Amino acid sequence: MVNKSSWFAPKEVPYICIENVTKRFGGFVAVDNVSLEIHRGELFSLLGPSGCGKTTLLRMLAGLETPSEGRILVDGQDTTNIPPYDRPVNMMFQSYALFPHMTVEKNVAFGLRQDNMPPHDIDARAKEMLELVQLMNFAKRKPAQLSGGQRQRVALARSLAKYPKLLLLDEPLAALDKKLREQTQFELMNIQEKTGVTFIVVTHDQEEAMTLSTRIAVMNDGVIRQVGTPSEVYEFPNTRYVADFVGSINLFEGDVTDSPDTEHVTIRSEEVAVEFKLDAFVELPIGAKVAVAIRPEKIAISKDKPEQEENICRGKVDEIAYQGSLSIYQVELPGGKLVRVTAPNLTRTAERPIDWDEEVWLCWGRHAGVVLSD
Amino acid sequence: MASSTPETGKAAGQSRRFGIPGRYLVISAPYVWLLLFFLAPFAIVFNISFSSAIIAQPPYTALFDWSTGLIPQIRGTLSGYGFLLSDELYAVAYLNSIKIALVSTMLCLMIGYPMAYGIARAPAARRNTLLMLVILPFWTSFLIRVYAWIGILKNNGVLNNALISLGLIDEPLPMMHNAFSVYVGIVYSYLPFMILPLYANLAKMDESLLEAAADLGCRPWKAFLFITLPLSFPGIIAGSMLVFIPAVGEFVIPALLGGPDTLMIGKVLWNEFFHNRDWPVASAVAIAMLVLLVAPIVIFQHYQAREDDN
Repeated sequence: MVNKSSWFAPKEVPYICIENVTKRFGGFVAVDNVSLEIHRGELFSLLGPSGCGKTTLLRMLAGLETPSEGRILVDGQDTTNIPPYDRPVNMMFQSYALFPHMTVEKNVAFGLRQDNMPPHDIDARAKEMLELVQLMNFAKRKPAQLSGGQRQRVALARSLAKYPKLLLLDEPLAALDKKLREQTQFELMNIQEKTGVTFIVVTHDQEEAMTLSTRIAVMNDGVIRQVGTPSEVYEFPNTRYVADFVGSINLFEGDVTDSPDTEHVTIRSEEVAVEFKLDAFVELPIGAKVAVAIRPEKIAISKDKPEQEENICRGKVDEIAYQGSLSIYQVELPGGKLVRVTAPNLTRTAERPIDWDEEVWLCWGRHAGVVLSD
Repeated sequence: MASSTPETGKAAGQSRRFGIPGRYLVISAPYVWLLLFFLAPFAIVFNISFSSAIIAQPPYTALFDWSTGLIPQIRGTLSGYGFLLSDELYAVAYLNSIKIALVSTMLCLMIGYPMAYGIARAPAARRNTLLMLVILPFWTSFLIRVYAWIGILKNNGVLNNALISLGLIDEPLPMMHNAFSVYVGIVYSYLPFMILPLYANLAKMDESLLEAAADLGCRPWKAFLFITLPLSFPGIIAGSMLVFIPAVGEFVIPALLGGPDTLMIGKVLWNEFFHNRDWPVASAVAIAMLVLLVAPIVIFQHYQAREDDN
């Protein structure tokens, strides 16, 4: 697949280079031969379930862990063996790690004070940072006297104060409630844009990663499964794992029955007794076992038979989850397989357009599905 | 989950209905204990300190004379306290006690802090063993452990004999019945009281704070100075008070290990009570010592309260 993202610039030297980095804890391999290239000004996300090695990778970038193998370059400089206190990299900790005995102001100025900056400049920079996160009125407070959202902003201001070349954020929004998290996502993006600092965010929340990031690396078991822009990862997942982890998806197991040219493929799924005719390139011989992955919103649901001949099947509504803006239908196909379909609630009505146990038609277009071989 | 909520609500209501006397009973138990065994003896000693010594049983005059009628006549005297000021022996003993207690506290802090820090940073599996080793000496009688130091420190004791047989010294070093032996005894005996509160404080410190400090450009020794040390201040205060307060009134250690130049107030108190049988002066010595110790106790309480707030 061709990478069309604006962050794909082969001629530009990547700002952060992670080269074949492995980290072992005893016999456990937390990060397994990971290589990544991140460009200046990116907001890059490491996405994965807990224990996938994303935080270990972040801690190696911060210098809090040393790689067992491989090296990490920041702006051309090999930082692999530089202790954390000499790195041009700062980190925002998941617990925020604010110093409880210091005021907000002192917390923000802490990093600057380590550099023997003139006191006047320290004050000016600390003020600037507090203005950036809108906490000027809280400068004299202790962290214990702040709300969760305010503490998060102090942590952000403190980690940005030293003009880091790279800012690492470990689950920056995990401790906030949903409403505040959504609001803070945009604040974080604004601040990143304003300061121009390269951000690497670790998160287990795929929605958060999609909203924030220029690019996402999906990690599992210490390995990077896919790197791409949010839409690439969502629309063109390269493995079953990525397809399943990012958003929800319907997977149909089947085999290739026909592949007349590089743009068309027919896949027969015995599981649901449906033939998928897709416009996709599959580099596989006829008879190869594959999976067709279709997102719930790419499938249309209707009571009347649609006018298309292919990519169509019947089913019975098993469950409906009304979510206001859209409804999620779980449809049982004749073979017993459950398929998830979402449809926007376009009309304002108290009655359900489609009800439980109703016979419905499902159909999808030739571009709706992705063919996955592993 | 939903069905269990009303039940637990009912149970909570019931326990509240019957709980009030039970709760007061539990809370009042330690207060009754303190009242009976601390406040009452204190009142008696306080009372005696204002009376005069006589040769009788008990050896002091009654403070209240009930013979005059319903309203008793108070026959208190400050002579006991006056006596403390008249003889400089008491002032010397007080100052000496405070000096020895202060130096011992500093020594305990200097030895105990690295130990507490080491235990707090040790792997979790080894931590309990290390703590156990700190507490282990309590399994032997305090008196026996102090006596053991005599065997170690005396002229033909373990230490001197070892040094002589190694050829490092010709004459035994004078390590007994002087300030050295008293400091050894006090520091040895009270070290766990310094280590335990410091450990409790250091163990709950969030290690990510040190990582954050390092991340912000702070070298390890500076991180210790700016983060660990200030945050362990309540532990330092708690440990210091636990060593300092009992060390001021320490009697057994200076009595067994000390000499003429290590006169401490506990020894003076003992002499007044049991040798001179001057209970009023002895009581006055005790009350004066208590007043001297109130200030550090108040500081201790203040910091403990502040730590609880955090």
